[in-house]
Amino acid sequence: MSEYIENDPRGISVGLVEKKAFTFAEPPDELVLESGCRLGPITLAYETYGTFRGDNAVLVCHALSGDSHAAGYYTAEDPKPGWWDIMIGPGKGIDTDKYFVICSNILGGCMGSTGPSSINPKTGRPYGLEFPVVTIGDMVEAQKRLLDHLGIERLLSVVGGSIGGMQVLEWAIRFPERVVTAVPLATTTRHSALAIAFNEVARQAIMADPAWQGGDYYFGPGPTMGLAVARMIGHITYLSDEAMRLKFGRRLQDKADFSYNFDADFQVESYLRYQGSKFVERFDANSFLYITKAADYFDLGRQHGRGSVTRAFSKTRAKFLVVSFTSDWLYPTYQSREIVRALKKNGLDVSFCEIEAQWGHDAFLLPNERLSEMIRGFLDRAYGQI
Amino acid sequence: MVRFEENGIRFDLQWVASWIPPGSKVLDLGCGEGELLHYLKTHKSVEGTGIELDEAKAARCIERGLSVVHGDMNREIRDFAENSFDFVILSQTLQQVYEPAELLRHILRIGKNGVVSFPNFSYWRIRLQLLLTGYAPVTRELPYQWYDTPNIRVITLKDFKKFADAVGFEIVRSAALVIVDEKRGGRRVSFLSNLRAAYGIFQIRKNHQETLKQTKSPAPSKDESQRKVKETPS
Repeated sequence: MSEYIENDPRGISVGLVEKKAFTFAEPPDELVLESGCRLGPITLAYETYGTFRGDNAVLVCHALSGDSHAAGYYTAEDPKPGWWDIMIGPGKGIDTDKYFVICSNILGGCMGSTGPSSINPKTGRPYGLEFPVVTIGDMVEAQKRLLDHLGIERLLSVVGGSIGGMQVLEWAIRFPERVVTAVPLATTTRHSALAIAFNEVARQAIMADPAWQGGDYYFGPGPTMGLAVARMIGHITYLSDEAMRLKFGRRLQDKADFSYNFDADFQVESYLRYQGSKFVERFDANSFLYITKAADYFDLGRQHGRGSVTRAFSKTRAKFLVVSFTSDWLYPTYQSREIVRALKKNGLDVSFCEIEAQWGHDAFLLPNERLSEMIRGFLDRAYGQI
Repeated sequence: MVRFEENGIRFDLQWVASWIPPGSKVLDLGCGEGELLHYLKTHKSVEGTGIELDEAKAARCIERGLSVVHGDMNREIRDFAENSFDFVILSQTLQQVYEPAELLRHILRIGKNGVVSFPNFSYWRIRLQLLLTGYAPVTRELPYQWYDTPNIRVITLKDFKKFADAVGFEIVRSAALVIVDEKRGGRRVSFLSNLRAAYGIFQIRKNHQETLKQTKSPAPSKDESQRKVKETPS
């Protein structure tokens, strides 16, 4: 998602922010995961923006490649702000003048929270594949511990897109008494075969790289090529036919004619190679495996409703704003409509809008006045009613 | 006399609103930018929901803090449980509905009451236009040419009453309205309403008699049900 991050054109920002860390589940009180494994100690990296007033907390959940740095700058020299700076800040869709915003790096991630690249206290070496498989439910459970630590009993809202949206749904069902409203964007109650297929190809690209070394690569170069290819596959699914046509077409990169070899002739090739290599600099290949697996396993109906999404949502009491995007073929609108249908069947308060957008799944990360205004209006109503 | 527009809503919507008791649970089908829902929420503490086909209008509703689902009412209405609402409102849209009987059955399945309003096609101005000019009528209430109208049906107040009998629902109350002019607003007409009214508003509910009949009559025996099948024209 980093390729979209822009400085606010109006110069509005939450300003300087600080990444903090919270450690819990110290042995022998490890966190018991959904798989039955025990994991501890666990550290979550997190950031907060705005002032906590007891009833104004908004939890923002990030997607696959995001982190706790959702808004603002770490230093005055920082070239780019956090990944959702267009949405979070003074007077923005999630207004930090009104709300206290929390964003934490997910369990299994690699941006300061405990994940496969963390040191296993039992061996003194990075976990690698000894890290237990975590689920979206485990990520949410860990976030709940963080909120307990911060003294936040109720969330005015949980907001997130894609895998972040899965966490939003999980929050609303797992902790119904703590969630007043939920805003799942461009997400699903479970991956389609198509989504699993792309994730599997991406994982295979990593695992087929000889430098992956069965996940134990932390003292070597690591599967840079495999991870880059995995990211390239991801980027294709985040865009759309239309987005790619507009963004690249068949234009050539810095040349007038074909090279008649296997260099990156087309702009789209060059773009994917660049995005792949940039991603390798900041992301851990094993985290990519663990997080995509967690997303593939996520199945709200199976986990919470004995196979029924409607039954799963009967546990929540939150008010929902569900949003999808027309050109998102990774999590198409019909999947959001399934969420809406299940909420209606339960007599729950739900708003839904399918936004016309050409940028595919990534649309939720791009500046979108309509999305910002809807989130603003939805949160303002909820805050006014408390 | 009711003002043409007051508190941001048209006079026919003001009339609809006057029938909704405070604190009711309301569904507005085809809610537009939420004028009626907003009015009911602020003036009557109504718990309101809307369905709107147009993305920009649905988004505008959500921005205003209303609960609105962007989608096709004919499809969206199916997901609500029985008696989910005190009132389900279908305002100025019946003439655009492809399967009106099906939609009304759903309205009365999910709502204890329905409120249906539509432009009256037997309004004298319409009759006169057709009679005198020979062109398809274009009026303030139905301001479209035949080639650009979203309206696929013409309905009169009398037709709707006949329709109630055919579909099996009960008309609890009705109001026939006419616009006097845009400055002074509209008023109700009671005499020769099918001729003089520009709009009709009907509050409907499930036919109590029918429901009683259905629940009281014993289950048909095998012979009877076979006989019934034979009687049904193919």
